[in-house]
Amino acid sequence: MIHSLFLINASGDIFLEKHWKSVVSRSVCDYFFEAQERASEAENVPPVISTPHHYLLSVYRHKIFFVAVIQTEVPPLFVIEFLHRVVDTFQDYFGSTNVGDQLPTGQLSVVPWRRTGVKYTNNEAYFDVIEEIDAIIDKSGSTITAEIQGVIDACVKLTGMPDLTLSFMNPRLLDDVSFHPCVRFKRWESERILSFIPPDGNFRLLSYHVSAQNLVAIPVYVKHNINFRDSSSLGRFEITVGPKQTMGKTIEGVMVTSQMPKGVLNMSLTPSQGTHIFDPVTKLLTWDVGKINPQKLPSLKGSMNLQAGTSKPDENPTINLQFKIQQLAISGLKVNRLDMYGEKYKPFKGIKYMTKAGKFQVRT
Amino acid sequence: MAASPAYGEEKGGSSSLGEPEYGHDPASGGIFASDYKRHDDLKEMLDSNKDSLKLEAMKRIVAMIARGKNASDLFPAVVKNVACKNIEVKKLVYVYLVRYAEEQQDLALLSISTFQRGLKDPNQLIRASALRVLSSIRVPIIVPIMMLAIKEAASDMSPYVRKTAAHAIPKLYSLDSDQKDQLIEVIEKLLADKTTLVAGSVVMAFEEVCPERIDLIHKNYRKLCNLLIDVEEWGQVVIINMLTRYARTQFLSPNQNESLLEESAEKAFYGSEEEDTKDAKAEAASLAKRKPYVMDPDHRLLLRNTKPLLQSRNAAVVMAVAQLYFHLAPKAEVGVIAKALVRLLRSHSEVQYVVLQNVATMSIKRRGMFEPYLKSFYIRSTDPTQIKILKLEVLTNLANETNISTILREFQTYIRSMDKDFVAATIQAIGRCATNIGKVRDTCLNGLVQLLSNRDELVVAESVVVIKKLLQMQPAQHSEIIKHMAKLTDNIQVPMARASILWLIGEYCEHVPKIAPDVLRKMAKSFTNEEDIVKLQVINLAAKLYLTNSKQSKLLTQYVLNLAKYDQNYDIRDRARFIRQLIVPTEKSGALNKYAKKLFLAQKPAPILESSFKDRDHFQLGSLSHLLNAKAVGYQELPDWPDEAPDPSVRNVEVPEWTKCTSREKRKEKVEKPFYSDSEGESGPTESADSEPESDSEESGSSSSSGTSSSSSDEEDEEEEEEEEEGSGEQSEDKEGEEEEEKRKKRKEKGGPWKASPGSVGSEEEEEAEGKKVKKAARPQGKKSHAETSSEEASASESSSSGSDSGTEAPTVVEAKRRKTVPSSKAGPKEISLLDLDDFTPPPPQPVPSSSIISTSLVTDLEGLTLTDTSLAPALLSPAFGAVRTYELLHRMAGEGLSVEYCFSRRPFPGDPHMVAVQIQISNNTDAEVKSLRVSEPKLLAGMRIQEFPEIESLAPGDTASVVMGIDFCDSTQTANFQLCTHTRHFYVSIQPPVGELMAPVFMSENEFRKEQEHLARRGEGKLTGMSEITEKLTLPEKCRSDHAIVQQVTSAANVGRVPCGADNEYRFAAKTVTSGSLVLITLEWREGAAAQLTVNSEKMVIGTMLVKDIIQALAQ
Repeated sequence: MIHSLFLINASGDIFLEKHWKSVVSRSVCDYFFEAQERASEAENVPPVISTPHHYLLSVYRHKIFFVAVIQTEVPPLFVIEFLHRVVDTFQDYFGSTNVGDQLPTGQLSVVPWRRTGVKYTNNEAYFDVIEEIDAIIDKSGSTITAEIQGVIDACVKLTGMPDLTLSFMNPRLLDDVSFHPCVRFKRWESERILSFIPPDGNFRLLSYHVSAQNLVAIPVYVKHNINFRDSSSLGRFEITVGPKQTMGKTIEGVMVTSQMPKGVLNMSLTPSQGTHIFDPVTKLLTWDVGKINPQKLPSLKGSMNLQAGTSKPDENPTINLQFKIQQLAISGLKVNRLDMYGEKYKPFKGIKYMTKAGKFQVRT
Repeated sequence: MAASPAYGEEKGGSSSLGEPEYGHDPASGGIFASDYKRHDDLKEMLDSNKDSLKLEAMKRIVAMIARGKNASDLFPAVVKNVACKNIEVKKLVYVYLVRYAEEQQDLALLSISTFQRGLKDPNQLIRASALRVLSSIRVPIIVPIMMLAIKEAASDMSPYVRKTAAHAIPKLYSLDSDQKDQLIEVIEKLLADKTTLVAGSVVMAFEEVCPERIDLIHKNYRKLCNLLIDVEEWGQVVIINMLTRYARTQFLSPNQNESLLEESAEKAFYGSEEEDTKDAKAEAASLAKRKPYVMDPDHRLLLRNTKPLLQSRNAAVVMAVAQLYFHLAPKAEVGVIAKALVRLLRSHSEVQYVVLQNVATMSIKRRGMFEPYLKSFYIRSTDPTQIKILKLEVLTNLANETNISTILREFQTYIRSMDKDFVAATIQAIGRCATNIGKVRDTCLNGLVQLLSNRDELVVAESVVVIKKLLQMQPAQHSEIIKHMAKLTDNIQVPMARASILWLIGEYCEHVPKIAPDVLRKMAKSFTNEEDIVKLQVINLAAKLYLTNSKQSKLLTQYVLNLAKYDQNYDIRDRARFIRQLIVPTEKSGALNKYAKKLFLAQKPAPILESSFKDRDHFQLGSLSHLLNAKAVGYQELPDWPDEAPDPSVRNVEVPEWTKCTSREKRKEKVEKPFYSDSEGESGPTESADSEPESDSEESGSSSSSGTSSSSSDEEDEEEEEEEEEGSGEQSEDKEGEEEEEKRKKRKEKGGPWKASPGSVGSEEEEEAEGKKVKKAARPQGKKSHAETSSEEASASESSSSGSDSGTEAPTVVEAKRRKTVPSSKAGPKEISLLDLDDFTPPPPQPVPSSSIISTSLVTDLEGLTLTDTSLAPALLSPAFGAVRTYELLHRMAGEGLSVEYCFSRRPFPGDPHMVAVQIQISNNTDAEVKSLRVSEPKLLAGMRIQEFPEIESLAPGDTASVVMGIDFCDSTQTANFQLCTHTRHFYVSIQPPVGELMAPVFMSENEFRKEQEHLARRGEGKLTGMSEITEKLTLPEKCRSDHAIVQQVTSAANVGRVPCGADNEYRFAAKTVTSGSLVLITLEWREGAAAQLTVNSEKMVIGTMLVKDIIQALAQ
């Protein structure tokens, strides 16, 4: 399957290599560099590149390319998924432990995903229900498409081999689900209950999609007035962000980004709150808004300097929005209860809800 | 920092260069020097006595290797440490060896004896890692040693070591392909392994070494299907892909009838009439000859067991299942994969990229399946261009008359994008929509013409190219557009666009007779400055004009040809020479000249704008070859379906008896079920899928007794191994409790997929689960799949009664036929296989006490009683898992050898929702065949109705049949009397339902439950208090004081569904009576100690009262 793996950093250095079969010369990466050059942007490098003797399958994360060298037919997703898991593992490992402090110990557990002999003095299980709204809002403010994806991330630190069940008040909201392998599928099918022996530590228990029939509440709106004029080299720019259906919660962590057209040389803007940056090289406008105060809506106003002599851009920039709402799952999903079997102690249990913007775009 | 001084240092032998190299940016120079320098101290460290120093040295060496630095000169120093006691050091030495052994084979041999010792180590981890390294070091001389080690490891008692053996097989094979035959033997042996740990790895080895040996799979096919859900994710992918290929060779196309129709339709269309009549006859004959398609139960098994994996978190698994369904499932069932694939679109962009490629191919063949998800393919400005273009491809494939306006509106937004490559692709997409959907052709064309005035030249150019293609379809109507485009030649500079315009004008010069020569005039002027493709088109235009309008263009043409004659490009010179000869009549030009007009101005077919993904599905989807649209090395073709199905009996498995009941005594708590009935005269509970108490149609797994037994026995195997592992000592810290927990867990998990055994009626249930409401619509299909899945096991015939209207005999017929083909059918219990006895081995003469699930003790098993299991793992408290009681309808003695039992299957009766489904199991214990078994002369009280089961034509001696009948008891526990007739005898029988069976579970939330309860209570007050609420106090016996015991007991007493409940010691259940649909709400409050209070709310007083009684009785047991 995977013959070799190369890690390539942003400046094009191969800084790590690993060979599972005989050594493949790192010059094979030249094909990758060629493709990278052609692609102009990192995200446009084709994940699968065919070379005369090898196939290069790569993923791009944290500004690092993970390039796997393949010699024979293999499902590409097999490799890609694997590479992503490698990255996840790196992140997990280097994130928490000092490199080289301790080598992972090989263990054979009867439950493959849980090591044996886990012990904690404080037994606790935390579950975060995090929902993301993916939406495309059109010029006039109406929703073109909106969906809710959710995940339940868990941090379980429980002694021994606890067997947990987690049930929902309204499991029917969940339209499409995918599970951590620890979840007993049958039990879900028959009772809509998540029953599992958890892995130790942090893991993603479940990802779900909220059924399309449920109308998605859009918690924010963006009022915008972006104008390029044909004759003038000055354009008007004005956006206001406000709360819409927030279920009484505060919207925080609001961040507006927008890729301005090439013709925009500079922007002189004044925000009513927060800070903004316009990068004249990448043409990226970023406005860190913070919290939305419904009494005093945040706005960003000003003008754009356009390159003289060029015609006005065809397209107004798209506005990308990020935000967070604590203690709310926008779909209305609620955990009913969490029970533990198989161990005697009383664990501390906690559930947290959060709603975030996923790919939330406003076309202008 | 420069490299040269560093080199200098090195040459000078100085080691004073004191820069710390560790953690140093690998990109910068100066590394070699310190490498050399450090090698000395590394050697010292490796030679030291301290493990900590060795470890430190090895870490640094491995770090060097990882950064691609050469550390081969350290080989002697490192290899010495292979025998190091410290496991951490050892691991790193292994890493080093795997990297360099190939280069230093002689030295590497020094380490071999260590590995050979390691292979005998009592610790399975060490055995495994020794084998892993031994097989990874690629030293040809040790091939025989490797072979031996693999063979031994394949029989190791630790499944982990066996898994490693499977991993070693492809490595040895790539080192020495002459070992193939021996390796195949090992593969065969490992394929028979029953542990999930080994399954994926050995199939991987199979795929790499002998993918052509499909015969090795036969005997393991059903096992692999059944194990699949418990195999680790990567193994699942490999197995699913292999099974896809296997199924293509062994089963018939589920869509063959359809494809036949298509074929004949096509023939009728193209074939000449003469041929047609001949063909038609042959066709009719072949159609007549062809049997109606019945899906092989094994085919169904595969589809059923892979489906849950669509929920996997692993994109590769989801894709594998999706391609399996795409290549193997009946058309009507393929749709289920769409949702899962769309879900993957939220994953990383690389995953999206691959998935979209596959969706693009699928959406051409099966557009309908993705249509509901159209909006999921809408493009965001932040998508990478390559993703945008793929989404565009899918959107275009999905476009049809109904959604085209939405799609075009979306496209309009895209055209304004800043990403010009994407805009160009969008224009192409519009062109394709326009060709495919006639309705919008003009709209699209107008839109594209508007784009011609776009400021961006690329946009204009792309539009020109697309318009050119569109115009070719109906040039006459669009001379205005051609004129408009002719004007563009003044401005537009993109060569491709200019060339397109020129071609268009040349081709349709008759539609623009005035403009064409003028364009030629302009082009002649600028000829020398044009790009090559434009020049060629200028010549082309000149030639065409010369032929149609020589008066105006003769001189111009001559001029252009003269210019071309001296062009720098030889293609252009050649073309000019060629054309001159062709169009200008001379003495030499000869015959061709006459045909010049025909040659140049022939009608040209309009180009077909089609997807580049068309027909890509001849590659197995999800494969690398599909993605590249080219055969990758090692790609296994996906075979075509066979015309005739190969013998299905090759998949039958016989398993010796001894494996079945190992150390059963020891594990009383275990899942168990006797494999055959113990005493002849006893009438055990019926064997049937339905004996699993399914609470409602949401439950999708069904159980057939044999499936369960296979799981249990298999587990036994596994547990045996686990025990052995324990015995081997290295899991000493392993606690008994954990083991136990794990076993229970495994059982629970396995209970799932394994219960859905090959022939059971799961397929129907799945459909039910999917569309409870559209059940009516789904029914015909459900029925069809019964016919498909029906086989020996009685449960299938249950479904045959699902509709009495038509075709109900089919399953029985098939069943009978199948039986004949199976030689083992009459054999004794010895031949009951462990894994798939449900399918081809007939049920033993006596009904097996199946009742699906799990018995509490061996004793109950031996008594052959129904299992009211209680002490399962706590997790198992679903009503769906409760036990089912079997009742006797006709005793063997009274029935003169015919014994009949019944149970309430708790499934909605397919024909009529107001009927209670009664599953009847008839066993013929006589020596003669019993014929035409049927129900007759029901004597019913007013309002009651019976839906008889379809007549059983014959029942061979020793055989058992299971059927389902529906009875509408009118929500009362009155007896339904009827006669059971055979061809010779009539027996009077009666069925009286327990009150708990007169209802079906309802799903509701806690709030809904409260609301309904209040509602009922209020209504009660209106009449008489207490009319709709019955409360009773009770004492819970010792063993009933746990959550699951209570739930278990209640759900076994009545067919109710549990309602989630916030309060701790309170249990709620809800159901609706089957006939009138009135709600029955049950609340059980568990107070301190043993005290509890039971409340039943129901409008039906009688039912409420009886239910309270029954539940209390059940709880008191």
